[in-house]
Amino acid sequence: MSVESSTSAEIPSNKLTGLKIMFNEFKKDKLAVASVIILLIIFISVFAGALILDQEEVVRVDLFSIYSPPTSEHLLGTDYGGRDILGQLIIGAKNSIIIGFVITVITGVFGFAVGLVSGYFGGMIDNIIMRIIDFIMILPFLMLVIVFITLIPKFNIVTFIMIMSAFLWVSNARLIRAKTLAEKELDYVSASKMLGASNIRIMYREILPNLTSIIIVNLTLSFAGNIGIESGLSFLGFGLPESTPSLGTLIGYSTNPEVLQGMWWIWLPPSLLILIMMLSINFIGQALKRSGDARQRLG
Amino acid sequence: MWKFVVRRILIMIPQLVVLSVLVFILAKVMPGDALSGLVETPGVDSSTIEDMRTNLGINDPVHVQYLNWIKGLSQGDLGTSYIHQRPVLELLEARLWNTVYLSAAILFLTYLIAIPLGITAGRFHDSLVDKLIVGYNYVTYATPLFIFALLMLFVFGFQLQWFPTGGSTDINLEPETFSYYMDKIYHLLLPALSGALLATVGTIQYLRNEIIDTKMKDFIKTAKSKGVPEAKIYSHHILRNSFLPIAAFLGYEITGLITGSIFLESIFSYPGIGQLFLQSISQRDFSVVTALVMVTGVATLIGTLLSDIILSLVDPRIRVE
Repeated sequence: MSVESSTSAEIPSNKLTGLKIMFNEFKKDKLAVASVIILLIIFISVFAGALILDQEEVVRVDLFSIYSPPTSEHLLGTDYGGRDILGQLIIGAKNSIIIGFVITVITGVFGFAVGLVSGYFGGMIDNIIMRIIDFIMILPFLMLVIVFITLIPKFNIVTFIMIMSAFLWVSNARLIRAKTLAEKELDYVSASKMLGASNIRIMYREILPNLTSIIIVNLTLSFAGNIGIESGLSFLGFGLPESTPSLGTLIGYSTNPEVLQGMWWIWLPPSLLILIMMLSINFIGQALKRSGDARQRLG
Repeated sequence: MWKFVVRRILIMIPQLVVLSVLVFILAKVMPGDALSGLVETPGVDSSTIEDMRTNLGINDPVHVQYLNWIKGLSQGDLGTSYIHQRPVLELLEARLWNTVYLSAAILFLTYLIAIPLGITAGRFHDSLVDKLIVGYNYVTYATPLFIFALLMLFVFGFQLQWFPTGGSTDINLEPETFSYYMDKIYHLLLPALSGALLATVGTIQYLRNEIIDTKMKDFIKTAKSKGVPEAKIYSHHILRNSFLPIAAFLGYEITGLITGSIFLESIFSYPGIGQLFLQSISQRDFSVVTALVMVTGVATLIGTLLSDIILSLVDPRIRVE
């Protein structure tokens, strides 16, 4: 009885150490800590701003103030429809962040599950899954996404997320498969098997926790990537519908040379916002990567 | 060796088939067909259109249409553009070369920048220069291409006016003259530089890691203690091993270059296949769209095939898998 209680008391603390070390390491990286603070400020002001703002109000056309430069009424001026840029910036950032996040979660959960199964069972299952992944990887991703977006009759945020996720889960699956292949050769897996643990238990309760740091790093980096892809597509005019502004939609106005040349207030702020967000998220991801890897610790 | 090459080519065949089926289904799903634009035209009644449909084979069973389409593809028949009223192949040829030039310029500039930086970072690793290069890598890795290209166009095209802001050449120039070619290169520089500055990440990181790893190895220590000069150690012992894989990675770059060309060509209004793709899709000229998806898909397949084979030549360990 006493043995039981002592082991169960030890397990949670053991489990934590890996992550704890990672976060202790992370705190030593000043650039990464600064990135966290900048990102928090951006997220808080975007979501608080979006709560106060009325989306209907922001996207309403006002013909009396078309292409107005920054004034006290419109802090960042207006676009070709007289719509307030600052308001669109906040709502656009909110949309971009949420969509990037949702895509990251969906592709993460699906990709990791597939990768885990593929790597753990190996053999025929692995072969079939890997052929499918190889095939999706060689497809011209951007072109196909654009084609799908134009083809789908009822195009909205949900379908957009589905289309993107259909392509983006593969890299997650590949990564986790490779790591699972290495992990399943270790003694603790054979020990668990011998003790009669089920495959599901070994996969999700034993292998997966050991991959946590890789998963966190990968999710962080792909979050930044997904925001970039979404705003890139919206920039080209194949992202979110215009009624749901994205940061990319705002930057897309710059395809008109007059806007690019003379109306910096329309495209520069959203460009810089994306740039700052992506840099910060990437710095955080890279710092997590370093702190997860014992060889690269700052000491 | 040959076993690997044959196996690798065999893997490609089902991929090619699935790709063609997928593109064919897409083409069928696309709304409207070659003649739906004529429905509203006065003087053309619906029975005439129906006849034209039958002549074009649109009323054939699906599998017959697929086989005809594949037959056409293998003979270089990519269909007809209904907007331009010209064969897609003709339309593509003019644009394709522009994209090839742009991609070649991007690759050339990428290596021109990445190789010296990668070598410097690896050779003097942990120095200030190395830290600067690693910092440059972090920033370029995180920066989205379309934002960077826009900023480049704004700063160097519009504000400083060092470079032209669009097109692939000046229309007033006589083709085939020296100044015509110089002008083409001049128009290429800014988009190519925008693409290249962000594309250096992979090569710099690879070279840096390779050099740091290799210079700790015993054979380098031996060479050093024999008195081989530092420069010769790098050129003969370290770099010789590191350069081959870089050349082999070329095939994998194709996907990135095509994606990049869509953004770069739309920002710099450069008339290549990326711009053609965007124009065709907004004009619903879907025979061009499907042809482009198919062509780029096949190009990517062949690129990865070549890279895989070259890599297996360079590194025999890959062949085992």
